[in-house]
Amino acid sequence: MTTIAFLLNGTPVRVSGDNPTRTLLDWLREERGLTGTKEGCNEGDCGACTVMVTDEAGTRALNSCILFLPQLHGKALRTVEGLTGPKGEMHPVQTAMVEKHGSQCGFCTPGFVMSLAVAQKNGAVDHDDYLAGNLCRCTGYAPIIRAAEAVAGTEAPDWVNDDLGKMRSERAPYAPSSSDELAAWYEGHPEAVLIAGATDVGLWVTKELRDLPDVAFLHACKDLQRVETVAGGLRIGAGVTIAALRKAVAGAHPAFAELLRRFASEQVRGAATIGGNIANGSPIGDAPPALIAMEAVLHLRKGNARREMPLEAFFLDYRKQDRTMGEFVEAVTIPAEVPDLACYKLSKRFDQDISAVCGCFNVTREAGKVTAARIAFGGMAGVPKRAAAVEAALVGRPWTIETVEAAVAAFAQDFTPMSDMRASAAYRLETAGNMLLRYFHASQGRAVSVLEVSA
Amino acid sequence: MSVAKPLPHDSAPLHVTGRARYIDDVALPANTLHLAFGLSTVAHGEIVAMDLDAVRAAPGVVAVLTADDLPFANDVSPSIHDEPLLATGTVHYVGQPMFLVIAESHLQARKAARMGRIEYRERPAILTVDQALAAGSRFEGGPVIWAKGDAAKAIAGAPRVIEGSFDMGGQEHFYLEGQAALALPAEGGVTVQSSTQHPTEIQHKVAEALGLPMNAVRVEIRRMGGGFGGKESQGNALAVSCGLVAHLFGRPAKMRYDRDDDMTITGKRHDFRIEYRAGVDGTGRILGLEFRHLARCGWSQDLSLPVADRAMLHADNAYLLDHVRIESHRLRTNTQSATAYRGFGGPQGMLGIERAMDHIGHALGLDPLSVRRANFYADMADASGGGISGKMKGQTTPYQMEVEDFILHGMVSALEASSDYAARKRAVAVWNAENSVLKKGIALTPVKFGISFTLTHLNQAGALVHVYQDGSIHLNHGGTEMGQGLNRKVAQVAASAFGVDAGVVAITATDTGKVPNTSATAASSGSDLNGMAVKTACDTIRARMAEHLAREHQAEPSSVRFEAGRVMVGGEEMSFGEAASRCYQGRVSLSSTGFYATPKLNWDRKAGRGRPFLYFAYGAAVSEVVIDTLTGENRILRADILHDCGASLNPAIDIGQIEGGYVQGAGWLTTEELVWDDKGRLRTHAPSTYKIPACSDRPAQFHVALWGRKNHVPTIYRSKAVGEPPLMLAFSEAFALRDAVAAALGPGARPQLDAPATPEAILKALSGGEL
Repeated sequence: MTTIAFLLNGTPVRVSGDNPTRTLLDWLREERGLTGTKEGCNEGDCGACTVMVTDEAGTRALNSCILFLPQLHGKALRTVEGLTGPKGEMHPVQTAMVEKHGSQCGFCTPGFVMSLAVAQKNGAVDHDDYLAGNLCRCTGYAPIIRAAEAVAGTEAPDWVNDDLGKMRSERAPYAPSSSDELAAWYEGHPEAVLIAGATDVGLWVTKELRDLPDVAFLHACKDLQRVETVAGGLRIGAGVTIAALRKAVAGAHPAFAELLRRFASEQVRGAATIGGNIANGSPIGDAPPALIAMEAVLHLRKGNARREMPLEAFFLDYRKQDRTMGEFVEAVTIPAEVPDLACYKLSKRFDQDISAVCGCFNVTREAGKVTAARIAFGGMAGVPKRAAAVEAALVGRPWTIETVEAAVAAFAQDFTPMSDMRASAAYRLETAGNMLLRYFHASQGRAVSVLEVSA
Repeated sequence: MSVAKPLPHDSAPLHVTGRARYIDDVALPANTLHLAFGLSTVAHGEIVAMDLDAVRAAPGVVAVLTADDLPFANDVSPSIHDEPLLATGTVHYVGQPMFLVIAESHLQARKAARMGRIEYRERPAILTVDQALAAGSRFEGGPVIWAKGDAAKAIAGAPRVIEGSFDMGGQEHFYLEGQAALALPAEGGVTVQSSTQHPTEIQHKVAEALGLPMNAVRVEIRRMGGGFGGKESQGNALAVSCGLVAHLFGRPAKMRYDRDDDMTITGKRHDFRIEYRAGVDGTGRILGLEFRHLARCGWSQDLSLPVADRAMLHADNAYLLDHVRIESHRLRTNTQSATAYRGFGGPQGMLGIERAMDHIGHALGLDPLSVRRANFYADMADASGGGISGKMKGQTTPYQMEVEDFILHGMVSALEASSDYAARKRAVAVWNAENSVLKKGIALTPVKFGISFTLTHLNQAGALVHVYQDGSIHLNHGGTEMGQGLNRKVAQVAASAFGVDAGVVAITATDTGKVPNTSATAASSGSDLNGMAVKTACDTIRARMAEHLAREHQAEPSSVRFEAGRVMVGGEEMSFGEAASRCYQGRVSLSSTGFYATPKLNWDRKAGRGRPFLYFAYGAAVSEVVIDTLTGENRILRADILHDCGASLNPAIDIGQIEGGYVQGAGWLTTEELVWDDKGRLRTHAPSTYKIPACSDRPAQFHVALWGRKNHVPTIYRSKAVGEPPLMLAFSEAFALRDAVAAALGPGARPQLDAPATPEAILKALSGGEL
């Protein structure tokens, strides 16, 4: 029997890991009777199941509905039941939510309370960002923000500071402890499913009701979670979470960091990894277009064999990548600086939505002339793809509205997008071109973002 | 007095600590069975064969039921028995329940439900308004037509005719708690816990399905995790299934929909197309107006007729129309059966005339607000509850109800001033002149919403109040709690009646065994009806107490005072608990029912005439937005709201309803887009694809104020209903977006902006309809 050990609301627990894809939410509710954590959507989009998870890297809010039990091994978990103090006193965010009338039907409330408590513990004050993954249908959010503002900047009560030392160290089940170990194991189990954050694989289980074959969890491969400065720029390990990546690139790559701010939600960014976002091969993943525009290099590994390629070469066709059986994404390298980068994500809702179109532009100008252009899109084809004809229409020409308008026409050569529930083909093609216009207008100092306007 | 205090929701401490229990949180007996439906995969067709062998053989499956296995009524319709629990013969939409899986666990039931092999003889599906019109597929035969005056003649004689047509989408309720029910076998029947706004309906449908009288079924609901109309009838299928299984198998049975199933199976807000033709004069005053409502009702009748009626009843919104004709088509399509949703057709009807107002304003080059004002009903003379001015005598709605309580002239002027509307409108124009890519828009829109069920007999409520000998109070009523704070308000009413603190009043689960024959908690009626019923019960008990205490003290009963937890009688003062104890010792009954039936109502639906409403609730909002003309992306920059709750029973709860209603309405009109494909499959069946507002979508600046004057009719403490009306405050956002599009297009433009105004819809409007 495999055992998963973690702290549950301060108390060490040991749980059978016989079913490695049992979700934390189901276990909490069905086994432990901890029903304060709610199931709202069972796919990581509503946040009603939000819990607090602490490990050596810090404290995060995560969606328990798409978190598998083995992912908790060695960590400290707090649910809403564990937020109140030892004498039953309310946590300050709970008091604030009551006083500010932050709950109506109450079903989303435990999730909000957990997100607020994590934010307070981490000193976060970007309320709209860290709450983007918690949906409320009753309040219109205003009173919840009042509660958030009331506790912002205050100290978290000491009882939420979990002592990880309470657990004896034991090996994590299903989890190789280094990339070497992973490489060796995966070569021998090429049919296995690798699980990093489980923000996509979770839905295979909760929605497609799939039984997975062999699985390996990647969270124990600490060497995959490093961001290192290397000769070519920044080497980002495949296991780096989107949240960690956002922090790492905030200074040097503000446009990329802003795109990552709108990548899913706090709970998903805290679990999902850059390697997962790439290896998954989705045509609407948000990171690949930006990385391609930045001229990122992908590092693959199989056993002890390694190879690298420009990221765009990895995406062959819809859900088909240049990856052999047993091979995995090890890292991606981006340049130290990409000063001309702009990333535009277009979706029905600003926050926590999947891109209809994601366009990333890196057009270099010297003395009024375009000297180089890398333009990449998500949502416009079966893979994240460069706009080669548009790039060709720009390079060598003066950076003027005439050049740009002429280049817009080339989008139809590059892309034949499809219509779906997120957008029509016509809208996708039109806005892809308009994004180039926006990029141009921005370069002329015009206001182009509704997010920067106030009444 | 307890009423009018901004007390927190009574369950707030339970909500924030995770101790508030919903159906799915109830600890289950070990032998509980779990249920799931197998769903149809075609929109229209005959069932040729159903092979359920694999379902029956799946792990954990105890039994599988089809329509043939049902012992009594196979029906979960709230109206005309046209909605089988399990399909018989013909399939009517993608997602229709075909068979019922009974398994040992929720997951096993879900897995097995996908293993059915059903062969269909597919038939052409009617999916759209145009297809339904062409096929004559409708409920109620022909269209319903109500008229006042002679609209055609008035339009013909008008200096200018303005006409148009637009579509508005439906809306998924997205209650955070999905549909759920749990039934326990009981002696001679079943006890059902159901996440429902309508326990009596659940009781009725379960009894029918079991072939038992209603007294064999007890239904209980402590709270819902949101309802919004989506739990008025849509919970019937789950509760009936659980009741049936509990009864047939003698084991507890539980059913809850997975979110995707919930969105696939259940009905949503009706989408509408509205065509309008208005004859106007140079000031924008409407001389004659014709509407054609095309409502897509889905496959079964459900509540579509009263929904479409309410749309007609709100076709005037805040405007006096002398010559008006409203034609309403209730179209039957092979899609989910559209159902109740906050506003119940009212929003759709109101959006029709607001669209016409906006169109008239832009067409005549006038501020749409001046056009709106020119058409308002006249204000009542004394907005604090006095008489009717001469000017407003005889001003009637299109259904010829006197509008006695109009207050929007005063409210709109007050809002105009507090929001600085005129100066901001000028500032928006200046800003737009300086910005080429981004454009701002601003709009002020009014709300007038009729309060009462239009099915008159539903306007009744009961309550049961006990005072225990220690002075604690136990309260029950027919309303259900779905987050709106009904129980808090009603407890404040009870506390006020006895002069005690609201904390003394224990609120208990709604229970058909305590208060029978309840109406749905719907139509914003919860506190109006149940508050009055509770007050009646409390007054009865208080009168008995006063009489007894007065007798003991040789005083007049009318001199006994109940205040601040104390009772004063004949110079003596005692605690309320002591008073209760003395009454108990004196063998006084300290328990009473209360009953309330709304007065004055008189409605002839066939003729479209009468007084369907006791009163109107009012509101107005100003929204300022910005759009990106390259992508259609948009933001609400600021919203200012002035809303009429009469004399509020609880200002904090009312403001919560207003803020929440505005944001929910804004979601309906912007990001919430339901998309069906050409096979009739709903493609937006989860929050990954159906986007309700997120935190940052609320207005960046959000100012809400209450009008604060008493209702002119004697409602509970002269308060007004607040559940639905604020949703329509979000119209101001929709028309601010239209204003921004018009600014981008330049003078003389007529933006064709449908709802929801997704970025794509806005870009389409910016390109003159072509994209």
